[in-house]
Amino acid sequence: MLWVNLRRGLIVSAIFFVLLGLAYPLATTGIGQALFHDQANGSVGKNGSTLVGQQWKGAQWFQGRPDGDDPTATGGSNLGPRSKELVDTYKKRAAALEKQGVTPTPHLVAASGSGVDPDISPEAAYAQVDTVAAARHLTDDRVHALVAAHVRGPQWGFLGASHVNVLELNEALAGLQ
Amino acid sequence: MAFAWTIVVMVVVLGLCWRFLGSYMVAVYEGRSRWLTWLERPIYRALRVSPESEQTWQRYAASVVGFTAVALLVTYGIFRLQGSLPFNPQHFGAVRADTAWNTSVSFVTNTNWQSYSGETTMSHLSQMGSLAVQNFLSAAVGMAVAIALVRGFTRKGSPTIGNFWVDFVRGTIYVLLPIAFVAAIVFIGQGAVETLAGAAPIHNELNGVSQVLGRGPMASQEVIKQLGTNGGGFFNANGANPLENPTGLTNLLSVLLILCIPVAFTYVFGKMVFSTRQGLAILAVMTVLFAGWLTMAAVAEHQGSPAMAAAGLSDAGIGNMEGKETRFGALSSSLYNVTSTQTSTGSVDSAADSYTPIGGFAMLTGMMLGEVSPGGVGTGLYGILLFAVITVFIGGLMVGRTPEYLGKKIQGKEVKLAALGVLVMPITVLVLTAIAAAIGVGRAGPLNAGPHGFSEILYAYTSQTNNNGSGFGGLSANTPFYNITGTIGLLLGRFGMIIPVLALAGSLAAKKPVAAGLGTFRTDKPMFVGLLTGVVLIVGALTFLPALALGPLVEQVSHGFF
Repeated sequence: MLWVNLRRGLIVSAIFFVLLGLAYPLATTGIGQALFHDQANGSVGKNGSTLVGQQWKGAQWFQGRPDGDDPTATGGSNLGPRSKELVDTYKKRAAALEKQGVTPTPHLVAASGSGVDPDISPEAAYAQVDTVAAARHLTDDRVHALVAAHVRGPQWGFLGASHVNVLELNEALAGLQ
Repeated sequence: MAFAWTIVVMVVVLGLCWRFLGSYMVAVYEGRSRWLTWLERPIYRALRVSPESEQTWQRYAASVVGFTAVALLVTYGIFRLQGSLPFNPQHFGAVRADTAWNTSVSFVTNTNWQSYSGETTMSHLSQMGSLAVQNFLSAAVGMAVAIALVRGFTRKGSPTIGNFWVDFVRGTIYVLLPIAFVAAIVFIGQGAVETLAGAAPIHNELNGVSQVLGRGPMASQEVIKQLGTNGGGFFNANGANPLENPTGLTNLLSVLLILCIPVAFTYVFGKMVFSTRQGLAILAVMTVLFAGWLTMAAVAEHQGSPAMAAAGLSDAGIGNMEGKETRFGALSSSLYNVTSTQTSTGSVDSAADSYTPIGGFAMLTGMMLGEVSPGGVGTGLYGILLFAVITVFIGGLMVGRTPEYLGKKIQGKEVKLAALGVLVMPITVLVLTAIAAAIGVGRAGPLNAGPHGFSEILYAYTSQTNNNGSGFGGLSANTPFYNITGTIGLLLGRFGMIIPVLALAGSLAAKKPVAAGLGTFRTDKPMFVGLLTGVVLIVGALTFLPALALGPLVEQVSHGFF
């Protein structure tokens, strides 16, 4: 009886390897690539993927979440809610923001779960308007309006939270004269 | 307010799943659904199994163990040989032996605990041919065992409880495959990656940033990891990674994929025992527990982080955002992680380690209650039915007569088997945690100091023994010590439960039904719902409160930082 089960286990493993391990992902890949080519390949545009955060250095750009932004090493800080190290990190980040003239908001101080969060909250974007406008010699109103035009979500009005994609916002910012 | 609508939509969709996916699954397991016969028959011929043949519980269990043993070796072999096999665009070498062993056991037991980072370890062939395949098959095994247990209640004086190979094949191709296929396409449309190409280099002229974008056949694995309550991520960040879970819609769909089969199983149970009300009573217990735990986590996370307050900042109205994604926010993140730990899924869309003490407590205790609300695919149903047997036994003790459940007398043998199935998990968790906390190689694991570090160890063994797979990610678990002791938890948690469940199924199936009398404790009434909820909570509290007091509870009441 042992051999019967092992033989059946082997045969069924081979069949399902072909069906679920090859046919299923390959069919999904084929259909996905045909119907949603850009999305299936990582939503990559001229300046990177809109789904993967990047580091923006300098007051002339909107800053994203304080993440590592390395898509080959995803993950969060894993620091607990009563970690001294986390409190110190928050204090440092808040001080750096205040030095730039930005009021610290939670999304600019707390790191994300993926480590590559491409978005910030609308409040976090609005908090940076004055600094960015001054650095680029633009009026606050124009930059404020630009942020407002880039607020997305909640998707379908109720799914998740509203957010601003930092790459799209900075691309639009680069286009402002 | 937006979150309230999320819950409303979730309840409505799950209601429809309960009714329609439930009745479809009854037809599948009773052999009445035949639209995939062309795919199914050749498999039975190759296996030399007659679809009408039946097995005793011993043969059924031997088939489960035999299949799992082979699956384990095949999976392990692919990991170790991936360097010489195709679909390896990034030229990864063999996975280290202890990591490959822990991962193979983890995926064939439906746990999907991951001590490695997918982006730097696994070739596309390992992802598709090992991990994704076991996502389907380990789920189908759990579903088959649940059906076998339900047959135990419905059969009258029968020596057999069905045929494992038939239940297993039908669950895979009739239930899991079609749903996963459709869901994968939706996920790709939302932005989930699905390609055989390797990493893509990126350069941004505006800020001078260069990145390497890791890619692969992610969407096809993402959906089955949820649907089969598996939970293993393609990449380290799991469901937080925007390339796996790009939008608010995919986040809710993930929750629905996780819950649809476990919820539908209560309909299957009710239909098969000829009383939908019996299934509804079970569903009511699951719903009460789920709602309670979701409220606990969502309120705690919404209230915000002690670390943020200590830094002199306020996250009022936003909640604890450490380890959470902007596009989901604190509430939807809590929903996802609670769903994943009330089932045997273990996927996360936010870093569990960085949750508030009570948020983390909710995830940890969701698993400690045995993952019965609603639990994993199949495992949730058989888990709660063990508690139901214990409940009617306690009810019987109160009035001093031999209890019965669904017309079957519950005697010493059944109670012993149910108690064994319920107690294997807590004993394994507590012993392994005690060992790890007592010796140096175990204490070297945690990232965080103080009680949170203890929680990281306790969480790791709770997760693996419950075949959940989520983790407090700070624990450096990819060491020979944690890989090997974790494997003990994985195997005992899986088979220490499946074998008593199948023995119980066999014992019940052999019994002749007794007619319900005046003294029969009705198991489709609110009284039973309350008593069963109480039994689940009391067993969990009695076994785990002392350990919890050393971890999240002391962390919550303390004012210090560690």
